[in-house]
Amino acid sequence: MPAALPPELAERRVVRKLREFAPEALLGATEFRGQMALSVAPARLRDLCEFLRRDPELEFDQLVDVTAVDRYPLEPRFEAVYHLRSLRLQHRLRLKAPLRGDNPRIESLTGLWAGADVLEREVYDLFGIRFDGHPNLRRLLMPDDWEGHPLRKDYPVEGYR
Amino acid sequence: MAEPVTPPPVSAETMVLNVGPQHPSTHGVLRLVLELDGETIIRATPDVGFLHTGIEKNAEKLYYSQVIPLTDRIDYLAPLSNNLVYCLAVEKLLGLEPPPRAQWLRVLLTELTRINNHLVWLGTTALEIGAMSVFLYCFREREEILNIFEMCSGQRMMASYFRVGGLALEPPLDFYPRVDKLLKMLPGRFDEYEDLLTENRIWLARTRGVGKMTVQDALDYCITGPNLRACGVPSDLRKEEPYSSYDQFDFVVPTRPEGDTYARYLVRMEEMRQSVRIARQALDGLPEGPVRADAPGIVLPEREKMKAEMEALIYHFKIVTDGFAPPPGEVYVGIESPKGELGCYLVSDGGPRPWRMRWRPPSLLNVQLLSRLLPGHLIADAIAITASVDFVLGEVDR
Repeated sequence: MPAALPPELAERRVVRKLREFAPEALLGATEFRGQMALSVAPARLRDLCEFLRRDPELEFDQLVDVTAVDRYPLEPRFEAVYHLRSLRLQHRLRLKAPLRGDNPRIESLTGLWAGADVLEREVYDLFGIRFDGHPNLRRLLMPDDWEGHPLRKDYPVEGYR
Repeated sequence: MAEPVTPPPVSAETMVLNVGPQHPSTHGVLRLVLELDGETIIRATPDVGFLHTGIEKNAEKLYYSQVIPLTDRIDYLAPLSNNLVYCLAVEKLLGLEPPPRAQWLRVLLTELTRINNHLVWLGTTALEIGAMSVFLYCFREREEILNIFEMCSGQRMMASYFRVGGLALEPPLDFYPRVDKLLKMLPGRFDEYEDLLTENRIWLARTRGVGKMTVQDALDYCITGPNLRACGVPSDLRKEEPYSSYDQFDFVVPTRPEGDTYARYLVRMEEMRQSVRIARQALDGLPEGPVRADAPGIVLPEREKMKAEMEALIYHFKIVTDGFAPPPGEVYVGIESPKGELGCYLVSDGGPRPWRMRWRPPSLLNVQLLSRLLPGHLIADAIAITASVDFVLGEVDR
């Protein structure tokens, strides 16, 4: 059952094409200050990104950023956030995948962009979100024996003493 | 603290060489684990995080305006670019537009920042390849740029000069002739550097054909900025997504098709000349008017007003004690920083502090590119390539 979207966003080319490609994967769309964000099913993220990258009318060939937001104490607690851009068409897109707090995991994009490697490692390090299929999912910034994930909202700013 | 992880060797015939974290060629605290077959690198693994200071976490407990000094310390060679992207992101969140004079002064100062960054890049890269004197010349010119930053902000490096809605204050009057003098001097100095390097046989031997990459590599490794333009792609956010009135300036985006260390050098040299051109246009055509937006409750009122008007005093007190609260929402702003696309992703929950601030660091991705560029090269070339991609460890680790 495809999600109901605001009519002015449902008409956009990228939304139309994504709905044709995978109607059930698109969970919602919002726009704020002229920037559109699509909410997508975590299980389909890699498929969608591959489609967005290959499709000749969309051509999202630049992975600009991978990050996450902790919505604690709401559930689903995490959002994995992806920023894409097209080098030739010069348009941008934000994808957000809601993840549950008890076992946050999502597919890795390292097979599509080698640069996703460090970006995903940083998200794993600071949020504790696991990326399935990542070849080398180790901490990036914190020491390897660190306990906890500092950017989570239940982690105190001063750290644990 | 546990021992850092060293990746297991590919075979028993190879040797693992640890470069850094304290090594002059790493420009800070970067650890490079090189696996060698004889003197040839067969695998390179950058290890980062030694300078992690939790700036993104710290930003979550500060008011929006209190975050600005933190941003300087991320990429400490281009502090005003950091100020700019953060202020643009907050302004976008608020739907606020700074006045034209502030936008032009921001352009002028961020272009000086670009020259500052590229001068340090050129000096240190040349130093590592063995051209000691270029380093001294570059730092001589950089000193004057830092003096100009000090004139307007009071700080040489950590300027924190931009504010949400404009600038901290109008630059002093002798700022303009001094910038004018600098812009007249710089092109001749760039010629001097090029005389020393561009056709120098040693320089050519050390850089040409070294560390080659293709457009496909750049896309795979999320590379932007001068490194991408050195592969022949004329991608520049100042042209493609103009911010801060860059659309009113006339400049060329330099590219080179080769994708090697020499191309990265030539692109940055030309960029500095273009930056002088942009800064000249900004200085000559600077619009009149205020340098702060008229937005009570967000932008601090003028000092004189506070002495005469009750409301101004109240707003000042409110902004300082309670901050200001943008509407709930999220924005991403990317600008063309000297190292590539610098992005700031802000999530607001409607409160006076950012719910989440994410810094998209071009330096981190430039470092990661080393694992692609170094294999197949000699150790001596590794030093040249590492220097040529341009990164700052403060931004890599944040």
